[in-house]
Amino acid sequence: MEPRIVFRVQAEPFDITKEIDALAGLGDDVGAVTSFTGYCRSEGGRLLALELEHYPGMAEEEIGRVVQEAVTRWPLTGLTVIHRFGMMRPGDGIVLVATASSHRLAAFEAAEFLMDYLKTRAPFWKKEHRADGSSGEWVEAKELDDQAASRWQTSI
Amino acid sequence: MTEIKLIYFALVRERIGLAEERLDVPASVKTVAELAAWLQLRGEEYAYAFENPAIVRAAIDRKHVKPDALIAGAQEIAFFPPMTGG
Repeated sequence: MEPRIVFRVQAEPFDITKEIDALAGLGDDVGAVTSFTGYCRSEGGRLLALELEHYPGMAEEEIGRVVQEAVTRWPLTGLTVIHRFGMMRPGDGIVLVATASSHRLAAFEAAEFLMDYLKTRAPFWKKEHRADGSSGEWVEAKELDDQAASRWQTSI
Repeated sequence: MTEIKLIYFALVRERIGLAEERLDVPASVKTVAELAAWLQLRGEEYAYAFENPAIVRAAIDRKHVKPDALIAGAQEIAFFPPMTGG
């Protein structure tokens, strides 16, 4: 059976429980659902908010390419990716990746792969808004993220 | 000359001071790296935006490309810093 694929780029918050329940309810063969949620943090009170800029159109297409690669590599029953844009306050969920499979290994690995690839390929940029009112910086990309993505060795 | 839609994001957008524009690009400009070099000559905002080519990425028609990618036939070329989503 074809896996159920859901991916969205949106300003609105997401409901983690609802998304996980939708994957768990895909049928009797779902034995594992894993999820990862990335949150906005305050960095010890230094940040008031993070502003997420994105490239409309390409963001959806790029996530679509990464998602296709994941369902080709792992036997998944379903997969959900939601990435938000706009202003995020500490505690707000920014990104959700959830995967369903018969067994945990595929679900874990696919979710990790998706996050590594979203970090380095999905066209989103974070700008800091500081609590002290000073002009915030753009968050710099980490070399660690590139290393994490490169271990999967794909052609995309 | 070919008219191309150029789009800028994040730090590149802020430094240039524009989110997008349409420019007539001379036929002698063949690759993404050559386009970035040509844009740098348009003014100090552009020179500033592209001062460190190592941290500027590009996409042609919404697909990631390397600096040596050919721009012939492109409808839309975007320049941006390395992604920091997720």
